[in-house]
This record gives sequence, structure tokens and C-alpha cells, in this order.
Amino acid sequence: MATKLKPVDVVLVGFGWTASILAKELTDTGLQVLAIERGKFRDTVPDFATTHIQDELKYAVRGGLFEDPARETLTFRNSLDQTALPMRHLGSFNPASGVGGAGIHWNGQNWRFLPTDFQILSHTEARYGKNFIPADMTIQDWGVTYDDLEPYYDKFEYLCGISGQAGNVQGKIQSGGNLFEGPRARGYPLPPLKRSYATVLFDKAAKDVGLKPFPCAAANTSQPYKNPYGVQMGQCTYCGFCEWFACGNYSKSSPQTTIFPALLPKDNFSYRTLCDVTRVNLDSTGKRATGVTYVDVQGREFEQPAELVILCAFAQHNVHLLLLSGIGRPYDPKTNQGVTGRNYAYQITSSVNVFLDENMNPFMGAGALGQAVDEFNGDNFDHGPLGFIGGGYIALWTTGGRPILQQHGAPEGTPKWGGGWKKSMHENYLKSVSVATHGSVMSYRDSYLDLDPTYRDVYGNPLLRLTFDFHDNEHKMSKFETDKAALIAKAMKPRSIKINYREGHYSILPYETTHNTGGAAMGADPKTSVVNRYLQSWDVSNVFVMGSSVFPQNPGYNPTGTVGALAYWAADAIRTKYLKNPGPLVQA
Amino acid sequence: MSKNTRRDILRTTAGAGSVAIISWFGPRVDAAGADSLAPQAVASRTFSYFTAPEIAFIDAAVSRLIPADELGPGAKEAGVTFFIDQQLAGSFGRAETWYMQGPWKEGTPEQGYQLKLTPAQLYRVGIQGIDDYCRRTFNKKTFAELGAGDQDKVLHGLEKGEIELAGAPAKEFFSMLWQNTNEGFFADPIYGGNRDFAGWKLIGFPGPRYNYVNEIEQYGKPYMLPTVGLMGRNGSAFRKG
Repeated sequence: MATKLKPVDVVLVGFGWTASILAKELTDTGLQVLAIERGKFRDTVPDFATTHIQDELKYAVRGGLFEDPARETLTFRNSLDQTALPMRHLGSFNPASGVGGAGIHWNGQNWRFLPTDFQILSHTEARYGKNFIPADMTIQDWGVTYDDLEPYYDKFEYLCGISGQAGNVQGKIQSGGNLFEGPRARGYPLPPLKRSYATVLFDKAAKDVGLKPFPCAAANTSQPYKNPYGVQMGQCTYCGFCEWFACGNYSKSSPQTTIFPALLPKDNFSYRTLCDVTRVNLDSTGKRATGVTYVDVQGREFEQPAELVILCAFAQHNVHLLLLSGIGRPYDPKTNQGVTGRNYAYQITSSVNVFLDENMNPFMGAGALGQAVDEFNGDNFDHGPLGFIGGGYIALWTTGGRPILQQHGAPEGTPKWGGGWKKSMHENYLKSVSVATHGSVMSYRDSYLDLDPTYRDVYGNPLLRLTFDFHDNEHKMSKFETDKAALIAKAMKPRSIKINYREGHYSILPYETTHNTGGAAMGADPKTSVVNRYLQSWDVSNVFVMGSSVFPQNPGYNPTGTVGALAYWAADAIRTKYLKNPGPLVQA
Repeated sequence: MSKNTRRDILRTTAGAGSVAIISWFGPRVDAAGADSLAPQAVASRTFSYFTAPEIAFIDAAVSRLIPADELGPGAKEAGVTFFIDQQLAGSFGRAETWYMQGPWKEGTPEQGYQLKLTPAQLYRVGIQGIDDYCRRTFNKKTFAELGAGDQDKVLHGLEKGEIELAGAPAKEFFSMLWQNTNEGFFADPIYGGNRDFAGWKLIGFPGPRYNYVNEIEQYGKPYMLPTVGLMGRNGSAFRKG
């Protein structure tokens, strides 16, 4: 029997980026806010000290900062006619467990989506006609526009101290920046990072083939920075241990390095760790949440009443909780009815290994130290003759040269092991880099999340089931992007290149990207979305859902910038609209 | 389970090239106190999981996967056998963070690992199966007793799944063995492999250094400072558990 606790105004499920933003914004209004996190508390001191955090085996390979599938996983199949089987260990993506969430172990690659990304359906129909969209593709407009979100993108970028070069300030194109980006009110708070040799070579090569490269926006601080909350960050040292690691230097933006000093001392904020939220509780009408149920580390069950429940867990975990709690009608791919679990999407990546004559020192880097081109992203190019929708950026990242997982491949014809492999490692580690493509994935009728009929988690609840595969549209697009990447790679005047197309079925391993999206799509129509434009549940108006779970399909950029912007956008709607008049903010 | 020190193993398996290997390290010293730069006391290298025949197998197999040659030590000399032993004795070997509830079914390649075996169990049945196969096929010799050419043939056969093993899929075993060999050759020496930074020195990785602000824009120049690990410049500073 669950022990009933004293009510709070707001309960946040999870304590990563979005929960930290919501907690700061809502405690500022005087509300009593509680965050419930399944993992441990952790902070720069003492958990991330550079004397032990730069441990590739412990963190990158064994996943020291990631979730444990033993406690929480999903089942996976490529298509409806297969039986889904559990993801027994992590592979294709690496969600976090613990305070700060994946905001601790991300690279810090921070992007805005294109204005057309938010209106992909109406824009595509207008430019290419309705018939251009494949019959099984279920893309939709977001219900929110780039212009709506611009102030909130700005807020997140100034929170983080993003290092970058603007490409479009209030409609004026800025030389050296991304000329395709939507107009921004002002430039980035910090100048770009120092450049690695490899990014300099990429920059020149991209220009040689007629493209306009720019430095990628980085949540790694190029200089010391004090953010609007008065929180101080230090200059990045280019140690090359960003992604899969935590930063011991206060140089990578995370909830800990940008928000906690302004949040944790507040009397009206509290958090509980090592507690798994298992249900959002609804009243007898099913239209109002009364709070959440959670289980603590000793296995004790508690009921936490709250006026407002905000789901801030990792993408698919928000969807799992919605399904377990009966919020939103579960999506059924056979009838194409229902919403919860609908429009799961991912990203499609590929790479070109580049083998050079000179020393690149790949181990000197930062998670978001990169140079990119955006000519082939979104609808920045004419898709008409190409016959696919979507795109991606092409970049050369110098994130580090960790030797177990960051070997940039070996030239064609190298043996996979033995003396020949060893010789190749000796000759190529310092002189190889890789050009990456980072492509969008559209949503489809047969790509979705639901509850597994067979497998159970540690509490006896059904696991989430993921049904997903790449479609022809994505394979075509990825091939196009990869060929463009190869053009740039060749212009770098290498000894040789090796092209790694993304072909075949999506696979649950090896690693590809942690950019899982959808399942709680936002939109203007309750028939095809779980939440409205303010991320508020259509069915249960005192439940909001954060994170990339609300993306109706997945554009060709890293998601965190938009996740942060949407969190500020939703927080603003709660503060200025919902609290004055609790109830649906958009009439269905 | 038998507990063997590295020295016992060298004694029991000496013959097939072990003696020559010792010269990579110069005069052999125990890990503890090997280097005055070592800040902490260093644990002794006592095997925790593998039996003597298993050690002989892993020594032989990793010597083919990453051989000692003119470029420097191979996986065996870098302590990869001991590294794998320690990994299998720990949470990785027990699949502690993995979802290990049934029902168990064979999946598609895209569905990933679906064996009921933990990594430690996979090694046990895998090695047993390979030695049984070798005895049947190569006149009662175990894998470790084969010549290098035959050992390579067996490894290729496992890699391609052409050899049938009782108890475990050959491909799955090979893939884990190669993954762990790579890890052991390139992980920080505190885990018992990459001894004396053999793997890092081979490729030119200087270790987990902390600050390249002054070097990152010195394009094309080699980085000159000596290799360091998490326990400093002592490349045999192994940390137990």
C-alpha cells in the first residue's frame, strides 16, 4: 500500500535539463516544486574530477553514466510481423540515469531547427505538392513556429553560454556563420571555439567545392562565462573527453553547471533521488492528474499528490509513463487511430573516413568542436528532382581521440585484426579523421511505441515496445548526404577515403545516436498529437510533457537546443497563462 | 576455482613463445613498486576467474588478434588476458546492468544479444567448445597448442560463424573476445591491460591529459609530453576491483 505524502504544487518526473529549467522558472513564481529522479545525485565536485572522469572503459564503454537496462529497457523489432525482443544491453542509444540526465554526458552540439522544420507538412505540400509525400509518412506541423520559439532558443543559448558564430541576426546575413539559420535576435554569447587542424582542412575543402562552412555552435565554453542566473563557467581545455563523460572543468553546459547554484538553495525546491515514478495518478474522471506514484530505493511505494505533473524523463520513458498511466489513447498502427506512442522517429547518420598525410592530433578536441555545412539540410535545397523529404548537416567534428571507441576506421582492405590491423592503427590513428552526416528521419505509420505483451520490468510493468525501421526516403536521403560528404572529403586531398553508407535495417546495436524522438507528439490536432502547442496534454490538462518525445518527426539537427527552447516556452505558458486560469490552454 | 598468478601461468604455459615475450618489459618486476612515480600502492596480478587452460587459450588467441611484432608488444604482453579475467570477474562478467529476464528467443541480427549466458559464462562455454573442436580437428591438440596458421584459421572460422560450437554461437563469442581484446589493449592500465601503455604508444595517444589550450592550434606538430594514465606515468599501475 502506497504511503500518501504531503501535496506539492508541481511534481517533475526526472531531474535533467528540462526538469531543471522548469524547476527554476516555476520556483521563481513561488510554487513548491519537487523533482523525482530515478538515478543518483551527482555534481562536478566530487563526481566529475578529472583525476578519474577521463576513463574511457568505465564511462564510454561500460556506460558509467547511463541507464541500466536491468532496471529499465525496451523491446525492439523492425516491423509489425516480428516478435520484439528486449534490448539486453545498451547499443544504438545511451540515455542517462542520474541527476542532470543526458545533459551531463552530451557533447554539447547545440542547434536551432530551421523555420521550415516546424511546418514541414504544410511547407512540403505547398512547394512540392501533396503527392510528393509517401502514403505511409505521417509528418505534421508542430503547432508552434520558429518565430514563437526564437526568444526561448535565445534564453537557452544564454543560459548555456553557447560558443558560436551567428549566420543571421535580425535578417542580416553574417559572414562566417550558418546563412541558412532562421533569424536570431542577437549573436551567440561567446565566440566560437579554437579550431582543430582537421576542421581547418574541412573548412577549406568545403569552400573549394563551393559550400559555405561555419563553426558549429558549442555548449563548450570558449571563454569564461557568467550566465543570466549569475552562474560562472570556465574556459574549455580541449581535453577530448566530452561525450559519455562529465566535464570536471565547468566548461560543458549542464543543469549542474548552469542552473543548480541558482536552484538548489531555494526553500521551495526539493528533489528525491533513486526513486522510480511508476504512474501518473488520475482522478475518477480520467481528466485530471492527482499526482504520481513512485518506488524508492528500499522498494517502498509512495503517492505524491501534486496540482501539476510535468514529465521530464528521457524521450521514450515519458511515453512509457503515459501508456502505463492511460493518458492519451494508445496509438494503433493497424487502424491509424490513437496518439500515445505515435510518430516515433530517430536519426540516420553515416560517415566518410579520411586518411591524411599530416598529424591531426585527434585527442585534442571538444564535444562540439566542429565545422559544418548546411546546404543539404531541411529544405535548404530543391528536393523536387531528388524524390525524398528531409536532409542533414555534414560536419567534421573533433570531439576527441579516445582509443577504444574513437578509432576513425582503417583504409579499405585493412584486415579486421592481426598484424595488418595493428600496423594500420599505428599508421593511421594520428592521421585520420571522419566527416559525418547527420540526417533527419520522418515519421511513419509503422514506426511507433506501445506496451510489450510479454516482457516486464522490475516492478512487473510491461516494457515499452519499439517498432522501427529506416524507410526508402531516409536511405535515399542518407545516400545523397553521404555522397556530398565524400566530395568534401576528397577535396581535403587525403591519401584515401572510406565511405560508410548507412544501409539496411535499423539495428539496436551498435551505437548510432541518442536522438530518439516522438511518441508524445505535439500538434494542433488532438487526433494526431498527445500535447498541444504548449506541451500540455490534450486529455489531462494538468499534465505537461517535455523533451524530444514531443517532436512529431525528427529534423536533421541535434535536439537539445530545441528541447531547451521548448522547455522555456512551456514554462512561460504555465507561468503567464496556465497559473492564472488552470485548464486547457488550447481548446480541442 | 584455481587462482593463478601471472608468474605461474608463464611457468605452466612456457614453451610456445612465452619466454621471448618477457624481454618486452626488460627485467621482470612485480607490478607493485615497479616505478617510483606510482602514487598509490598497486595490487598484485592474481587471476580471479579463468582456469589455467582458459588462460592458455586467451593468451594464444589474443596473441593472434594483436600480435607482438616489430611495432611493439601485442595484446598478451600488454596484459590483455589478465584484463579480460578481471572484467569477467566483475560486473561486466556477471551482466549486472543487462536485462537478463526471459523468455529467451533467437532474434534477428538487428535485435542484438539474446543469449541467456552472461559474458563470463559465454567465455567458459566458448573456450571449452573451441578446445573440443580443435582436439577433434587437429589431432588432439588444444587451440593453444596449434601453430599460428591453424590458430588464425580457427579464429576466422569463429568470426564467420563457420565453426559450430556446443553451447554458444561462435560469432557471438568471437565478437565479444575481439571487443574485450581491443578494450584491454587500449583501456587505462588501471584495469590491468595496456601495460606500460603498449596500446597507446602504438598509436600515439598520450593518455588522459587535461589541457591542450596551448597546443590545439599548433597544426601538424607532434605532441611531445610523455604518456600518462589515470595513475600517472606508471604504466603498470593496476588497481584491483
